[in-house]
Amino acid sequence: MIEITAEIIKGHGLSVDEYEGIKKLIKREPNITELGMFSVLWSEHCSYKNSKIQLKKFPTTGKHVLLGPGENAGIVDIGDGLAVSFKIESHNHPSAIEPYQGAATGAGGIIRDIFSMGARPVACLDSLRFGDIKKDKKSRHLFEYVVKGIGDYGNCVGIPTVAGEVYFEDSYQDNCLVNAMCVGVVQSTDKIISPLYGPIVKGIAKGEGNLVLYVGASTGRDGIHGATFASVELSDKSTEKKSSVQVGDPFQEKLLVEACLEILKTDCVIGMGDMGAAGLTSSLSEMATRGGHGVEIEISLVPRREEKMTPYEILLSESQERMVVIIEKGKENTAFEIFKKWGLHAVVIGKVTNDNMFRVLENGKVVAEVPATALTDDVPQYERPANKPKYLSDVNTLNLNNIKDITPINANKVLADLIAEPNIASKKWVYEQYDHMVQTGTVIPPGKGDAAVIDIKDTNKRLAVKTDGNGRYVYLNPLVGGKIAVAEAARNVACTGANPIAMTNCLNFGNPEKPESFWQFKQAVEGMAEACKVLDTPVISGNVSLYNESENGSIYPTPVVGILGLFDRKVEPMTFSFKNSGDLIYLVGSETLNEIGGSQYLKTIHGLIKGDAPEINLQTEYSLQQKTIKSIKNKWVNSVHDVSDGGLAVALIECLSFTGKGADVNVNSKEGLRNDCLLFGETQSRIVFSVDRNNQEKFEELFSGLSISCIGTVSNSNKLQMSINNEIFIDADVEILTRAYDTAIINIMKEV
Amino acid sequence: MKYGVIVFPGSNCDTDCFYAIKNELNEKVEYIWHAETSLPKDLDVIIVPGGFSYGDYLRAGAIAKFAKIMPEIIKFAGKGGYVIGVCNGFQILTEVGLLPGALLHNDSQKFICKEVNLKVISTASKFTSNYKKDTLLTIPIAHGEGRYYIDANGLESLKDNDQIAFQYVDKKGIVSKESNPNGSLNNIAGVFNKKKNVLGMMPHPERCNYSHKDSLKLFSIN
Repeated sequence: MIEITAEIIKGHGLSVDEYEGIKKLIKREPNITELGMFSVLWSEHCSYKNSKIQLKKFPTTGKHVLLGPGENAGIVDIGDGLAVSFKIESHNHPSAIEPYQGAATGAGGIIRDIFSMGARPVACLDSLRFGDIKKDKKSRHLFEYVVKGIGDYGNCVGIPTVAGEVYFEDSYQDNCLVNAMCVGVVQSTDKIISPLYGPIVKGIAKGEGNLVLYVGASTGRDGIHGATFASVELSDKSTEKKSSVQVGDPFQEKLLVEACLEILKTDCVIGMGDMGAAGLTSSLSEMATRGGHGVEIEISLVPRREEKMTPYEILLSESQERMVVIIEKGKENTAFEIFKKWGLHAVVIGKVTNDNMFRVLENGKVVAEVPATALTDDVPQYERPANKPKYLSDVNTLNLNNIKDITPINANKVLADLIAEPNIASKKWVYEQYDHMVQTGTVIPPGKGDAAVIDIKDTNKRLAVKTDGNGRYVYLNPLVGGKIAVAEAARNVACTGANPIAMTNCLNFGNPEKPESFWQFKQAVEGMAEACKVLDTPVISGNVSLYNESENGSIYPTPVVGILGLFDRKVEPMTFSFKNSGDLIYLVGSETLNEIGGSQYLKTIHGLIKGDAPEINLQTEYSLQQKTIKSIKNKWVNSVHDVSDGGLAVALIECLSFTGKGADVNVNSKEGLRNDCLLFGETQSRIVFSVDRNNQEKFEELFSGLSISCIGTVSNSNKLQMSINNEIFIDADVEILTRAYDTAIINIMKEV
Repeated sequence: MKYGVIVFPGSNCDTDCFYAIKNELNEKVEYIWHAETSLPKDLDVIIVPGGFSYGDYLRAGAIAKFAKIMPEIIKFAGKGGYVIGVCNGFQILTEVGLLPGALLHNDSQKFICKEVNLKVISTASKFTSNYKKDTLLTIPIAHGEGRYYIDANGLESLKDNDQIAFQYVDKKGIVSKESNPNGSLNNIAGVFNKKKNVLGMMPHPERCNYSHKDSLKLFSIN
């Protein structure tokens, strides 16, 4: 018997008060196995004990929402008997320690969350953050192997990776961010739409006597305490935690996808769940709690790949590609047959009970026995103290008078510098390593539109998906930055013609026990929640990743938002490229303001990360998005592109890249408006359209309530000429800039 | 016409091929499970699809070689039946010896997914007889092990027998180093067997369902 000492409790990441709480719940001292179980389930990663109170601020219901947060993934109804399940999740710490396996298993975990709802995964997205790859070799290494890990996993499973974003900032140097999102399609009713899609299944265990089936890979010592590991700060000693990083097998995952979707077509399944963070312990206790039942397992029946594993290790292992399926008693042979067909190991390890206990036997002897709800529901909730960080008063002061404005002399050079900045440059180096076309539904692939657009086989459904989250804005102003994260992701989706209907989010922040970090978290959540309400995109799933800190400080607070958009099938999806010379170019939305705070321009050209985040008026944003969708539906526009990092000039180059076209643009500037703000400022809620002259009147009428200006025409010249009040500022060869845009990251990554 | 699409554990372009034949070519098609020991009757064309059969452990296609259905496919091809292997299917067909050469890791050592340009080199096969020689096709690739390799004698023999189906070329149709996405010998993207009833190619014609539909005609042996 191992005696539970204060040191052991601390080593399990539990406070003294939490330990006392556990004793009260089970009315005795826990043994070491039970302590381990509580340790992982009560970690922030599994319990959201520091964040739950804040997360309640998110709207989680709406006309499309079938299933909000709380299951493995949420589900939205898209009509005609079909629904979409999607979720984003982080795998930051494992990827910082072992980028290839860390990222691969991040992809694997989120894919399992989706098919364990009965949904066939149809798209993956990845939101990544690293240090400065231009100057930091380690950041290049992490970038290289994270992308390879995601690619090798998703490519093998046969799910297209269609969108995402990558940013490089010093604050992520020691603690990179790897957020993976998966989107799946499921039938919303019993009516069979296609053999490809299953019915919805939940992660529940109920019905006394029903069987607990263990399916997939055997259990090893990999990933023990991964969930606890995710809930502490990184340090030099973290590399010693390499054993906490799991190893992925995408082939096994592919077999699980097909077998699990096949078994759902039979009537033997009661519930299904994947073994993710905290392995068997979390999946079984959560399924028991949701089903209002208990679970009893015999640990010696669990398939193992290593010798002499203790119940503690087996219960906490995070070995990958493992599923739990609750099978109706008497129908197990149906299940065995299907799993055998797919070459998967499936074994009954226990049964559902009616006593609400999670009981673990080893050769018939009880080794752990705790109420399932004590693990899942009785964790204490913390409202942590929050203080406005001191750094803000320093970084928020930006006197524009001290920043030299752009002149016609240097405008071209500034544009060239911005275009080659990795945060702005083409992400081709990334997405060409991902199979973004498998499943043959990718209508708008990466690099062509503001969001990816995919068709769903055997249906007339078309979806748009995108992730966004500018950490720099959130660092400067968490409330406004949180709003912008939601607004930008939704805007990108709207720019393809789809209506944003729901969102998922991954909240990457620093240590919540530090009041300044927690203040950022609270503020950002408030901002996001408000944006969700105004933009009508309820939150259906998500993940919180706190403790993203190292000895060198916290990451930028980085909420990443994933938005799902639904198309009316009569709508042709829209790309951002200019199509025809002679088309009019419009800048529509909010009026451009004297805002360069937090912009890429200010960072790249002036070396400053200062000022306030750009303002955002959510009502204007909503109106702009809805009108944009209408303009695409009515075929009044030929291209649509939102103005974001790098401002208007960069947006125009993106519209022109690989088109062979040029643009003659003149912007009328108001008195007092700076040139750099006009050319490179990142004022929110602005979109660039190209419009056929025949549609000019209808287009202008549609957007009449917003700021709208015709700023030029598409030309045949392959030159971008940009004037302010008829004075030429930019006169650039598009082909040269496009090449620089296209190859910037490729060239940097040659130096790995 | 009746098509059969082989399904190995780990195939992931099987449904894509199935839907391309059903929806784009409007022909009959069915799946054939790898553990079957006989083929459906009246089959005209077998498609060995892309993916990662058996996880592509050891070497791409190396384990699929031992699948129960494989002797039937070899028999079918031996009798003059049409077989097309795409991507992993191409790798498998070289492993079992239905096609000459081998597919190695891309010279970049990276997986590559993008559109490339192909030139039709030989029209001596039913698969390519719908095209004129030197026709240019735009078509996606998505592979990590697509670098075609064959020894010098083998290459001579391919040329002598008109077995080179496609080469990677630039937009103007010129064979160049820049247009070679994976380092394939002589920019070879696809080859036939001597009898021209078996085709293997790395690019994915079944993915041309939105644009470049010209490439879908590759599946047609009319």
